[in-house]
Amino acid sequence: MQDRTNESFRELAVGELPALYSLAHRLVNDDAEDLVQETLLRAYRAYDSLETDAAGGRWLKTILLNVFRDQLRKRARSVDELPVDDVEEFSLFRTLADEDPFPYSDTLHHDFLHAFDRQDVGEVLRRLPEIYRAPLVLRYIDGFATKEIAAIMEVPLGTILARLHRGRKRFEKELWLYAEECDLLLEEVRR
Amino acid sequence: MTGSPRAIPCSEAVRQLWDYLDNAISPADQELVERHLSFCRTCCGELEFARELRGFLASSTVEEIPPDVRARLERFVKEL
Repeated sequence: MQDRTNESFRELAVGELPALYSLAHRLVNDDAEDLVQETLLRAYRAYDSLETDAAGGRWLKTILLNVFRDQLRKRARSVDELPVDDVEEFSLFRTLADEDPFPYSDTLHHDFLHAFDRQDVGEVLRRLPEIYRAPLVLRYIDGFATKEIAAIMEVPLGTILARLHRGRKRFEKELWLYAEECDLLLEEVRR
Repeated sequence: MTGSPRAIPCSEAVRQLWDYLDNAISPADQELVERHLSFCRTCCGELEFARELRGFLASSTVEEIPPDVRARLERFVKEL
């Protein structure tokens, strides 16, 4: 790689560090720095394949997701074999209606969600197994289409749809459990 | 029999609500869900909550890069 190209790579990479770290942190939490480093290394080696400068940010994100996918495969040999639990039957909407944690509220479900701040939601997401957290993050936070996620993760579309379904259910249940654990359901601590 | 769609129970409608919001179900299933929603107030509530939860998730987490991590990564880039 020539000096000029080195310079443009550095400019691109440094400019994209916040976005890359943010995505990496949503996917792997405390291992985000390692994931970004591995991404930068792989991107540097493949920099000639970047067709237009304007696509640089998306290109780096795609590489990060490829690295993440490869790491996930190494970590989880049988990612589809997580034990079945009672999450399938859980409904946060019904649980809130049944438990009625804010009896004086006319907007119970809305108020429940507003008891969480960003840090709380981040913590709830961190409690999900990676296999479910990744599709949720990519679909609902980063805006990837389900077909794109399937292509990135190199699994059938039906598998991604199933993981999204279970991920949403687990997310709902973890929201409820977290709210109980952290006393977010007490009237006097509602924000 | 006419061509009107069969009815689905609440459990099936609820199972498909997020996919319905994502436009990730077939037109036939979409019609079934919409028919169910046309008469079931509880599932309409579930739908509204699913919509709010979706927006809540989308706007919830922007992780700032800590200054020390940013400095290390910038050094890493320079050393490539």
